[in-house]
Amino acid sequence: MKTRRVTAGVASVLALSLGAAACGGGGDDNDGGGNGKKDAALNSIVNASDKKGGTVTYEHSDVPDSLDPGNTYYGWVQNFSRLYGRTLTTFKPAAGKEGLEVVPDLAESLGKSSPDAKTWTYKLRAGVKFQDGTPVTSKDVKYAIERSNFAPEALSNGPTYFKAYLEGGDKYQGPYKDKSADGIKSIETPDDRTIVFKLKQPFADFDYLATFSQTAPVPKAKDTGAKYVQAIQSSGPYQFQSYEEGRGATLVRNKNWDPKTDPIRKALPDKISIKFKVNPVTVDNNLISDKITADAAGTGVQPQTQPKVLRGKLAGQTDSSYAGATQYIALNVNVKPFDNEHCRKAVQWGLDKQSVLDAMGGSPKGDVATTLLPPSVNGYTKFDTYATDGHKGDAAKAKAELKACGQPNGFNTILTARSDRPAEVAAATAVQASLKKIGINIEIKQFPSGKYFSNFAGVPSYVHENKLGMLSMAWGADWPTGYGFLDQIVNGAAIKPSGGNNLMELDDPKINKALTDAIANTDDAARTKAWGDIDKMVLDNASVVPLIYRKNLLLRPTSANNVTVTQAYLGMYDYLLMSSSK
Amino acid sequence: MSKLDKAALGEPDTTAPSVPDDVFLSVRDLRIHFDTDDGLVKSVDGVSFDVRKGKTLGIVGESGSGKSVTSLGVMGLHRSARAHVSGEVWLDGQELIAADPDEVRRLRGRKMAMIFQDPLSAMHPYYSVGHQIVEAYRVHHDVSKKVAKQRAIEMLDRVGIPEPAKRVDGYPHEFSGGMRQRAMIAMALVNNPELLIADEPTTALDVTVQAQILDLIHDLQKEFGSAVIMITHDLGVVAEMADDLLVMYGGRCVERGPAEDVFSEPRHPYTWGLLGSMPRLDREETDRLIPIKGAPPSLINLPSGCAFHPRCPYADIPKDNVTRTVRPELTEVGGSHWAACHMSQEQRERIWTEEIAPKL
Amino acid sequence: MGAVLLLLVVSAVTFAIFFLVPRLGGQTADQLATQYVGKDANPESVAAIKKNLGLDQPVYEQYWNFIKGLVAGADYRFGPDATHCSAPCFGYSFKSHIEVWPQLEQRIPVSFSLAVGAAVIWLVSGVTTGVISALRKGKPIDRISMFIALAGVSLPIFFTGQILLALFVYEIPIWDSIDYVPFTENPAEWAWHLMLPWISLAFLFSALYARLTRAGMLETMNEDYIRTARAKGLKETTVVTKHGLRSALTPIVTIFGMDFGTLVGTAVLTETVFSLQGIGAYSVQAIKDNDLPIVMGVTLVAAFFIVFCNLIVDLVYAAIDPRVRYS
Repeated sequence: MKTRRVTAGVASVLALSLGAAACGGGGDDNDGGGNGKKDAALNSIVNASDKKGGTVTYEHSDVPDSLDPGNTYYGWVQNFSRLYGRTLTTFKPAAGKEGLEVVPDLAESLGKSSPDAKTWTYKLRAGVKFQDGTPVTSKDVKYAIERSNFAPEALSNGPTYFKAYLEGGDKYQGPYKDKSADGIKSIETPDDRTIVFKLKQPFADFDYLATFSQTAPVPKAKDTGAKYVQAIQSSGPYQFQSYEEGRGATLVRNKNWDPKTDPIRKALPDKISIKFKVNPVTVDNNLISDKITADAAGTGVQPQTQPKVLRGKLAGQTDSSYAGATQYIALNVNVKPFDNEHCRKAVQWGLDKQSVLDAMGGSPKGDVATTLLPPSVNGYTKFDTYATDGHKGDAAKAKAELKACGQPNGFNTILTARSDRPAEVAAATAVQASLKKIGINIEIKQFPSGKYFSNFAGVPSYVHENKLGMLSMAWGADWPTGYGFLDQIVNGAAIKPSGGNNLMELDDPKINKALTDAIANTDDAARTKAWGDIDKMVLDNASVVPLIYRKNLLLRPTSANNVTVTQAYLGMYDYLLMSSSK
Repeated sequence: MSKLDKAALGEPDTTAPSVPDDVFLSVRDLRIHFDTDDGLVKSVDGVSFDVRKGKTLGIVGESGSGKSVTSLGVMGLHRSARAHVSGEVWLDGQELIAADPDEVRRLRGRKMAMIFQDPLSAMHPYYSVGHQIVEAYRVHHDVSKKVAKQRAIEMLDRVGIPEPAKRVDGYPHEFSGGMRQRAMIAMALVNNPELLIADEPTTALDVTVQAQILDLIHDLQKEFGSAVIMITHDLGVVAEMADDLLVMYGGRCVERGPAEDVFSEPRHPYTWGLLGSMPRLDREETDRLIPIKGAPPSLINLPSGCAFHPRCPYADIPKDNVTRTVRPELTEVGGSHWAACHMSQEQRERIWTEEIAPKL
Repeated sequence: MGAVLLLLVVSAVTFAIFFLVPRLGGQTADQLATQYVGKDANPESVAAIKKNLGLDQPVYEQYWNFIKGLVAGADYRFGPDATHCSAPCFGYSFKSHIEVWPQLEQRIPVSFSLAVGAAVIWLVSGVTTGVISALRKGKPIDRISMFIALAGVSLPIFFTGQILLALFVYEIPIWDSIDYVPFTENPAEWAWHLMLPWISLAFLFSALYARLTRAGMLETMNEDYIRTARAKGLKETTVVTKHGLRSALTPIVTIFGMDFGTLVGTAVLTETVFSLQGIGAYSVQAIKDNDLPIVMGVTLVAAFFIVFCNLIVDLVYAAIDPRVRYS
């Protein structure tokens, strides 16, 4: 009795303190900022300001793969590294759809393509310098691409698209092993301001590839491989004042950055600091109490913080942005009975997608998806091949497909999910419940996400042997176009013995050809339209069951200025624009 | 509360003599009870005695008879909240039970000092012997450490420790048992106390060392003229030294008188038992010891009537079961010689001379 | 010498647990290497990293190389030129290819500061509470302190830590932030910014030490030599502190040495809750990344602290207890 009363007392004190903490900070004094409404940063720049000065403070609950522009795959580092690394092209720092536009940065203009889209030429702006005053040349860009794509023994984190598309990319050993003066021959630097890329196949999205942080110049003389991250040479408006591995960094103005050479950066803050490995709850609390400017990860607040910010005054400071990713289920066309199109369609018609979204956390977590391409990707076309009322599924149509498939009473199959992703497991459970109604009995098997692709879902032999018919999957593009999104997951060439991402094992010659044709098409409008068409073909094939377009629930602190969501970087805030009133 | 009140109330111990002028310590109806989880323990339940300067009182009894508790009561060392102390302790004309505890503290170690049994556990293992003596001296004398250390060396020399200037820095565990007891005595005597209480000072020592220690205490007593209380379970220890004797059983005094009288004409069966279990060199090997049968009584549930009756071979001699119902009072059996027994004087004299004495 | 041998055993066991056991469980070198390559795990990258990290060598050779590097230094090549990592070389992180030792060097002061401050607080508060409790045994103050102590022992650190953060950083912002400011830079700031972590860590330990001290005091205050001290006429405060506490502290010194040594490497929860970049939090990240060299480094440093603290305890013990000194 005595103990219980004490426990109750402690509990109420605790509730009081937490509740009070939830209400405190943030909300009391934000009259002056005009901090906007809910979702204001999706299509406009919130707290727009031209005022110079102040410190922008970022926190992150984890560590980056690397802040070295040549050794990173993380979307937020791509966004962030533009503060100290100028890439050939980049995405326009602007609100809404405009943010998906590629604009020249280090280059004077977008790339000039040969008619076959196999040769791409860029001319660098004059007068761009590294932080030590050395002029940036085309050789520095070439070197940056060499080290980032061809030296996996030291810099293994980044993507290797250049290696894949450049002529002779499979032969070149990288600058650390191949010490010849020439480097890779398919990148030519006829003069200090010109760089020419020769590709082995047509590639019309090359300007997007040129936005990668890997094209930020690196002076060969200063490169120290894996250690370069500790002494990055800036070509942008900010340079590293300090860098502490795994702990954070401080950036200050780069005196050798000349605003005249840089039409896209305003470089308002005087200082930018970033801190890693901050407790995720602390990051959220710091956002709420306006101690920091942004969560660098840009993936939104923690589940336990959501209720706090969705109600009351704080709701006006939130932005529910598309994360540029789709959660879907891959139906493996080599596992019975999904080798039969009708059995796949039975799933398409029968699934109650609304219940899946609800299970994953409802509207803050995303919208019901009907296409594979998410709305924030260039080429997204809105359609719904299997439209049902309220996305709740149509049992009658599903039954008809089951009959056509020769399984009128349904069948048994297995659905995989990543055990350490609670939302994915919840979605799988909802799928299981929903499909049971039409006679499809699902057994859920869970695997650790670290080995999901290398050992299980991404290994066809394993999938076949264990009859894994349905595989949970989420995908975001490396660059926001239909090709960047689709090529890795629906192209037959993306089927690998291990670590592949085409979990459907979809190898439809029509789709493969459509992809190859479209990427060779230098007509932007036609190309963009093609992505929507391919998306439709995939849905007609019925091997992909889109579940939700994922969303982030972002919170802008009151002191954050020039806040806008960039669709180009997975729906986080644009870090080139961001400044702070502090 | 005055003595007169208690007398008027008919308190049991009405035998207490009035305090004569030459009495240095006078204990009057001392009661020390402890609250425990099992009940009230009456460790000392109405004990009175006097000690004169230059004289030695021996307090004898088995363990648990209350003799050590009595001595700690005199020292004012029962400070636990669970200890209830009543009665009077007059030390050199000052009453201590009702006095301010700090006042009593100031007397401790200076006017009255104590030698404990087992000096290994009674001395702090982490401090050198010298340090502990210095501490005892300086708490009552405002002198420098150097002076105090000189005094400590002098005392160690006095109690017969060889090379005192060297040994003064030694630790208790580096001393032999006898040397440790000498150091303990040195510590007790460092302030020239007028009352010295020795609680089983020789228990842990072998016989030759025992004799040396007793001689030492005796010599020092002569030198300083102190009053001494010698507490022991062994009558042999006090046989030579004590001027007076107090025999305790179950927290009470059962016999008390001049040592000579108590030894020659003991008037309590318990005292007979003690004498019987005293080792003597002139006794035959076979019947050397006549132990007292049975175990000491529980101090929570003391046997009714005479506390000794369950162990007393003569408990049935007095009529009407009186030994089991009525507690015998101390009655004078000779000059200043008192005993508490239901048997008549004649019966006891007879049993002593006919049954007990021949066997001793 | 024994200490060196012990550290060697620790390193071998750690190596076995984090490297050999997964191998025995069927993990291949390729799978291991795949974790150190980014999202784009193409076979060439995996092979290159496998070779450069030495994961293609037999396990015993990898262990031997680690030990060799520790003793004699080693050369590594993660860039245009080979770099020399001088002894003691804890190797390079599998994940970031950064030398391990400088990372540990930066993080050890954080963990050490955390442990030192917390230790001072918990010793003072725990021992004081314990002594008062023992002297007032059974009284209200004893019962209240022992209840708080029980709470302290039972409450997990992420609970007390979060509460302190919520109350004193966000609700009543007495602290603007919790951070590590190097002691050499500004001792006052150092102490101020670590106060909350210290308090939450110390709360747990003071509770433990209060109980230990109380038990120790109750035992020593019944010793014969305490009675002797009182019989000498010493003041009660002298009796308690000089004679009672000194003995009661002896076992506490032993436990403290072990606790402190262990704490330096294992204050993981406190470091995580307060976002402090100590070696505990670092090792958690390393374990998550399967970054063996870092795990080995942290383990060895932690083991070193434990061994070192035990050595100190032996010395202190001898200083306290003359019986130990002479035997």
